[in-house]
Amino acid sequence: MNILKTTASILALTAFAAPAMADDIKIGVISVLEGAFAGPGMDGVRGAKLAVQEAGGAVGGNEIEIVTMSSDASPDSAVNAARKLIEQDEVDLIVGPLSGSEGLALRDLSKSYPDVTFLNGSSASQDTTLRDASENFFRFGGDGAQWMVGVGDYAFNDLGYESVAIVGEDYSFPYTQVLGFMAEYCEAGGRVPEKFWTPIGNKDYSSIVYSIPQDVDAIFVVLGGADAVNFLTQYAQAGGDKPIIGSSVTIDQSVLDSQGPFKDLLVGAPSGTPTVSNFEGEEWQAFVASYNEAFPDGFSAPSIFGHHYYMSTKAAMLALEEVGGDLSDGQEAFRAALTDLEFVTPTGGTMRLDENRNGIVDNFVTEVFEREDGTLGNRVVKVVRDVDQYLGMDKDEFMAMGPVSRDNPSCP
Amino acid sequence: MTLFFIVTLNGLTLAALYFLAATGFSLIFGLMRTVNMAHGALLLLGGYVGFSVVEATGSWGLGVIAGGLAAALAGALVQFGILGWMQGDELRQTLASIAISIIMADLMLWHWGGITYQVTLPELLSGGQRLPLLGVGYASIRLALMAFALVIGVALWFLIQKTRFGAVIRAGVDDQAMLRALGFPIKRIFISVFALGGMLAGMAGVVAASALSIAPGTDLQFLLSSLVVVIVGGMGSVGGAALGALLVGLAEQYGLAYAPTYGAVFTFAIMVLVLAVRPQGLLGRAEK
Repeated sequence: MNILKTTASILALTAFAAPAMADDIKIGVISVLEGAFAGPGMDGVRGAKLAVQEAGGAVGGNEIEIVTMSSDASPDSAVNAARKLIEQDEVDLIVGPLSGSEGLALRDLSKSYPDVTFLNGSSASQDTTLRDASENFFRFGGDGAQWMVGVGDYAFNDLGYESVAIVGEDYSFPYTQVLGFMAEYCEAGGRVPEKFWTPIGNKDYSSIVYSIPQDVDAIFVVLGGADAVNFLTQYAQAGGDKPIIGSSVTIDQSVLDSQGPFKDLLVGAPSGTPTVSNFEGEEWQAFVASYNEAFPDGFSAPSIFGHHYYMSTKAAMLALEEVGGDLSDGQEAFRAALTDLEFVTPTGGTMRLDENRNGIVDNFVTEVFEREDGTLGNRVVKVVRDVDQYLGMDKDEFMAMGPVSRDNPSCP
Repeated sequence: MTLFFIVTLNGLTLAALYFLAATGFSLIFGLMRTVNMAHGALLLLGGYVGFSVVEATGSWGLGVIAGGLAAALAGALVQFGILGWMQGDELRQTLASIAISIIMADLMLWHWGGITYQVTLPELLSGGQRLPLLGVGYASIRLALMAFALVIGVALWFLIQKTRFGAVIRAGVDDQAMLRALGFPIKRIFISVFALGGMLAGMAGVVAASALSIAPGTDLQFLLSSLVVVIVGGMGSVGGAALGALLVGLAEQYGLAYAPTYGAVFTFAIMVLVLAVRPQGLLGRAEK
């Protein structure tokens, strides 16, 4: 069936490619469509398509055409995809990429293509917008630190965890998530005696498992996908019983839906995330309904990736609408419209940008629970509205903390 | 000190897994000079099939056998249908096997999707054992994994050293042309060795899916570790694969425990060292 669909869509593409008008607006979407992140990556593309569909596929009489390119989650593949989209397909806008380090690479690349506007997909490294920002790179979403707001406070004050060990993958996104957690947690009085950074795609965590100090109250696991599954399994097999705190990707539905006996450890685990599939909010329910109607073979609800690609593309549609599809003068009017844009997000908050073109967002503190049919889901513990990139701190004070790294922040 | 013993034990169990994955690869190369880049894909296929069978029947043993058989069949098909036609042209075979591995990986992604699978363990293996002396819990499956690798290793040694089929394989490793001249059906032998290698890979896949987990990308990880293991240990011998697996497994675990940031470097440092000092591998014989 899928082969049929693919063939049909290839045919459709070639059929529609020919009569493209000069005024058509081309959007290049970069997402990970191969390897371990292919499932989430496809959802990102769905999100972008949904936003275009909801706008009727056209803005001010200009047809919108989407060109999709795959990266393999590495920065150089994202750069290659962007170059191909800009130079061969001559796209006007780029929506993407998916993962942290890719975002930093595209931010740098965007400086060499000042006539193309880049809208971040779901990539959430802090420095993509915070330091060394690029004039034509916009992020209608938060960074990894914003996604953890509320969790540190909840872990210390509500759950009473006084010290926490951290296990995370060794790259920019987990560092950023750790910052978001520790900024609040250390301020509240908690301690983080030890952090373990492991290579992405590590299979065997057992030696880490035995190195975790016995006197911590909980473990903050900043691992995604298969890495999270492997760690949790091996931790459980070794008889580990400390409570788990999850990162935004650890409790993603793709992990919760994975098969295996590790799931018991996760029930009750708190986490922070900008996207909760079971959220009761009215706008979210409408968004899910629209997603399900457009993609019957998609997930049961949009993932964090679908949600973020959707918001970026929606922002592009709204700004295009405002300027009547005018992308002349190096897209000046369009970018001004993007900068001043305000719209209601699927989570019910108001999306707007800060001075670095980074989103001021809603964030959720969630907890994993077991549904009646035995599957796992996330439920909302509390919603934190209007989270900015400085996490509510004073800008100078925040910047003085310096860039995130393995050892920054620290409160042993 | 406890940590050191635990890490050593972890290194040994990981080595057992690497050994299972790498022997088949090593055997195939030893006999036919084929660098089978689809070996990782065979392993992943075995793992997926094993998972599906365990889900359907509830029997772990059946899953391991089914995974092994599925990969054996796929391996035999690859040799019979594709690589067999370019026997003797090693570069072309290597390139073709890379193509096969990519196609297989995409087909598996299509069928099983991008999520992570773990095989449910039988009751007997699912818990942990309290280790005497050390006083810490240790996963039963990992202990079983070591025993499993030992049994497979001994069985392979017996097959290759003591049986007629093994004698033919050894003769083929030494002098393929003479074996052919003596009238042995070399095509059929090649196919059976490919099936044997596939079976080992498939069983390793199910075991890997039980002790760790499998997901798209697992194929490449095990292909890479198999390559390193046989380069270090020496191509074509069971003992070489065992020694190589031991070194790589231990290096990886010590690295992860004592210098996590640079863990991956140790493995490759060993490989570079071996290539510089003894290019044929520790137990390998120099090419004539």
